[in-house]
Amino acid sequence: MILKKSNTEDIPGTIIFNGTRAIKGYALNKMCFSFNSAENRDAYRRNEEAYCDKFELTGEQRQALKHRNVRELLEAGGNIYYLAKWAGIFGMNVQQIGAQQRGMTEEEFKEMLVRAGGD
Amino acid sequence: MARVIGGIATSHVPSIGKAIARRLENDPLWKRFFDAYKPVHEWLDGVQPDLAVVVYNDHGLNFFLDKMPTFAVGAAAEYKNADEGWGLPVVAPYPGHPQFSWHLIESLVADEFDITSCQEMLVDHAFTVPMSLLWPERGCRAVPTVPIAINTVQFPLPSPTRCYKLGRAIGRAIESYKEDIRVVVVATGGLSHQLDGDRAGYINKKFDLLCLQKIVNDPEALARYSVHDLVRDAGAQGVELLMWFVMRGAMTGQVTEKHHSYHVPISNTAAAVMVLENKTPWSEKWLDQSLMTRV
Repeated sequence: MILKKSNTEDIPGTIIFNGTRAIKGYALNKMCFSFNSAENRDAYRRNEEAYCDKFELTGEQRQALKHRNVRELLEAGGNIYYLAKWAGIFGMNVQQIGAQQRGMTEEEFKEMLVRAGGD
Repeated sequence: MARVIGGIATSHVPSIGKAIARRLENDPLWKRFFDAYKPVHEWLDGVQPDLAVVVYNDHGLNFFLDKMPTFAVGAAAEYKNADEGWGLPVVAPYPGHPQFSWHLIESLVADEFDITSCQEMLVDHAFTVPMSLLWPERGCRAVPTVPIAINTVQFPLPSPTRCYKLGRAIGRAIESYKEDIRVVVVATGGLSHQLDGDRAGYINKKFDLLCLQKIVNDPEALARYSVHDLVRDAGAQGVELLMWFVMRGAMTGQVTEKHHSYHVPISNTAAAVMVLENKTPWSEKWLDQSLMTRV
């Protein structure tokens, strides 16, 4: 089957978590999935490097984790649903995650959301 | 025979669950949002469903990328919730209905929906938050449930048309169940929102309002959108509208809208709730479309 253009075109500022990203991010996402367990979150807090070793993360993924940078983690194949579990370890909420990616303060980001309701 | 008594669609944002856990229903920030569910409670009190089929998307609690079913149907005696990693309190298990589950599974597969059956299935906030919203006074355990999970994590996702057809097949399965039970079909998720990428925080009120109208009166036109169209117009996570298509498909052609409410923002999301009732009863014409009747 030939896919229609509308199914393959890029949507600006938006990530389509397709097979290519799933392959690239598998180890990172698998590690983040493990953070459903409090015991694993504690193990990560105690020794981040050792925990990353267990999942054989790439250098790019380790750097992005060190930078606590969601945009870099997405670029390294991370999926937002699993990354949210990692962000939870640091008490980051979805407004902070959004603001960080947008280069805004949390307040600016929240104001933008409120404005969207008024249009 | 069983009957589809109606459909409900509601957002499932985690922050709603946190607000419920902190008893903030009457807090000035939340009161308007929670008050919008009072007409839903009155409707449920009136129709008294015996079973809820809950169509939702798992966010990485039960399913991981190692095995990702497009459509998964619960077949358990109970469904447990568990730690999702970012602080929502774990709630008590929900009773299932294995007998109905297996009827549904048989019927869907006969109808050429090759679903994954799950005798163990953890349910995440996309299931638990709507249950708390819909049945707050009864500890969320008012009716047995059958959860159906739709993949919205790993692309490619099922198309809106496919989800609408799945809904039709679910409706046919319900209406061919021998016991005299009243079933409500619940869809969770949406409306527009986006968590990741440079467009994080994207909300499209115009498109949401169009969807709220079309899902009632012209769902088949709306179902012609592609998944990409939904991502573009409703945001990456606004694609959760797929669940609304399933619910609408389970209804008969004409529906009566009993209630809807729209609220921006809840967390990063344009939140909505809608209640639909069948205007016309299910007919043999609809049931005839089931392959089950021909085999």
